[in-house]
Amino acid sequence: MNGHVVETPTWPGSYGDEAKPRVGFFTDTSVCIGCKACEVACKEWNDVPAEPLGFTGESYDNSGDLGANRWRHVAFIEQKVPVDGVAEAAPDSWVEEASRQQLVEHGLEPHEDGSGFRWLMSSDVCKHCTEAGCLDVCPTGSLFRTEFGTVVVQEDICNGCGYCVVACPFGVLDQRKDDGRVWKCTLCYDRIGDDMEPACAQACPTDSIQFGPLDELRDRADRRVEELKGRGHDDARLYGHDTDDGVGGFGAFFLLLDEPEVYGLPPDPVVPTRHLRRNWLAAAGAAAALAAGVAASFVGEAR
Amino acid sequence: MTRENDGSGDVRGDVRRAVPEEPTYVHGGAPGAGPRTTQTTPSRVGDRRGGRRRREGGERAMVPREKPSSYYGRPVIKPPVWTWEIPTYFFTGGLGGASATFALAAQLTGNRELARRSWLIALGGISVSPLLLTSDLGRPMRFLNMLRVFKVTSPMSVGSWVLTIAGAVTAPAAASSVLGRPRRLGRIAQYVAGALGLPVATYTAVLVSNTAVPVWSEARWELPLSFAASAAASAGAAATLATPRELAAPARRLAIGGAVVESVVTEIMERRLGELGEPYREGVAGKLANAAKGLTLVGATLMAVGARRSRPVMAAGAVCLLAGSACERWTVFKAGFASVKDPKYTVGPQRDRVTDRAS
Repeated sequence: MNGHVVETPTWPGSYGDEAKPRVGFFTDTSVCIGCKACEVACKEWNDVPAEPLGFTGESYDNSGDLGANRWRHVAFIEQKVPVDGVAEAAPDSWVEEASRQQLVEHGLEPHEDGSGFRWLMSSDVCKHCTEAGCLDVCPTGSLFRTEFGTVVVQEDICNGCGYCVVACPFGVLDQRKDDGRVWKCTLCYDRIGDDMEPACAQACPTDSIQFGPLDELRDRADRRVEELKGRGHDDARLYGHDTDDGVGGFGAFFLLLDEPEVYGLPPDPVVPTRHLRRNWLAAAGAAAALAAGVAASFVGEAR
Repeated sequence: MTRENDGSGDVRGDVRRAVPEEPTYVHGGAPGAGPRTTQTTPSRVGDRRGGRRRREGGERAMVPREKPSSYYGRPVIKPPVWTWEIPTYFFTGGLGGASATFALAAQLTGNRELARRSWLIALGGISVSPLLLTSDLGRPMRFLNMLRVFKVTSPMSVGSWVLTIAGAVTAPAAASSVLGRPRRLGRIAQYVAGALGLPVATYTAVLVSNTAVPVWSEARWELPLSFAASAAASAGAAATLATPRELAAPARRLAIGGAVVESVVTEIMERRLGELGEPYREGVAGKLANAAKGLTLVGATLMAVGARRSRPVMAAGAVCLLAGSACERWTVFKAGFASVKDPKYTVGPQRDRVTDRAS
């Protein structure tokens, strides 16, 4: 599996000589520092409208999730880690802990080595799936597979039907309310054609977001996960790397330090198209039943 | 445990610094330790294995983790952006499609009066449907972009074409039946419209089941038959209302038959889905489902009773069936939203699959 080119149903086949190497992202969350520079850089380059930020009260993440106006989103997770089997090394909530100790006036020093507390940060993005549900269901052909193997919405064609929104197993696409159309990450289609890396990858200060030809990224990810495991991080795992998964592998995949759902990612995403044949079959059966029912209701009626 | 207990209560600053500004931890946490998440852990869907505990790979003994996790209880997938027009269209499309097939059958068996009125019902249902769909678009002026391509992988693309052609043939079909012309072209249009009524009434189930929305995609086997039966019930009820009683016997049979099948299929679906079927039973969708079931059963009973004795009773039954059919589509629509909102419906079944594959 290593090093080989992951082909999509229409790339490179439909491009012939014009096909470029399939590119993507490898987001190594083990070095993400949660700075959100990728979110900002993406917004600036792609002219994505600002949205008034509230205060979630959940963590340092106040932007919530991906959407029409957020094509990169950095998740921020606070975790209590059992140390050597002791689960209660750290409090569940630092706010509660502070009030319990009546440290409102003085504060408290929450971190110390071995206290069993950790932060996970991860920059989420469109996965540019090998088998893309959004692309399959788009009734206008607005969504298409580029010569780089990425998935892009053509905004001059999208009529805002919203089908891709519910076809995406990751909740990536959404409709921009005042605009009516659907927007998502283009993997900076306008930059990569000019040999520039996407804005988020360029802005990332720790190289947590790595851009490049997908086969190279996949090799690099294999080495990185082995390295982390060698250092004792048994919980390091790749997400979206397996081409046998429900979407044929991601064009933008991840190295995670916990289960995908902890980061708000589905643990076993499946493109709806995998069930298409069954769905049409059930409808054909229902149509036949309807025809039979109509015919039966006329039984005994003389012509 | 508290800070005093571990003897490291380094007190400083104020409460706003209760979370470290400059963490010195090794990113990634304690090596080898299976982390336990602190965020919302919704109860698990379909956890037939009871308090099953998982263990992470690694040599050290791990503390059991709570499952499934989510990112602060947020949905994994996006809710539909579809508004009231879509479930209304499911109803009008079903009514129009089944009416067209029914009208053709009436025509073929020589029941001209029943055919005429059913063709008009079909025309009404199939004409209003594209208007509803266009109104729901984010960019209604771009409706024609639907006809740029034909994609069998997109039920909406297939449906757009089928509905467009059905609209184009139902008009001459109805005209031919009511006005007597166009004669030959009208006859051909009637056959095409009658045949296309079948996909018009059923493809909408594929439209919703071919998504990532848990209660829609997992109901893929039952939804088309449920929609078809609901369409039959509404078409039969509408034709019963519009036609003199002595000519409407086939319409009554279609309505009652559709109502019975719909009730049975809905019951089968909810049982098969088990815990994942909760969104069909709870909240707004649950109320609509109860209304749909009640109206359908009462409507079918009234029609059966009124058929011999009283036209008003029969008509009341027909109205109940129409309302029940509409409620049924709204149930499915609303249940979809509910199943997106709670991540347990998305994550639970997927986590089960992963676990099953591993074991």
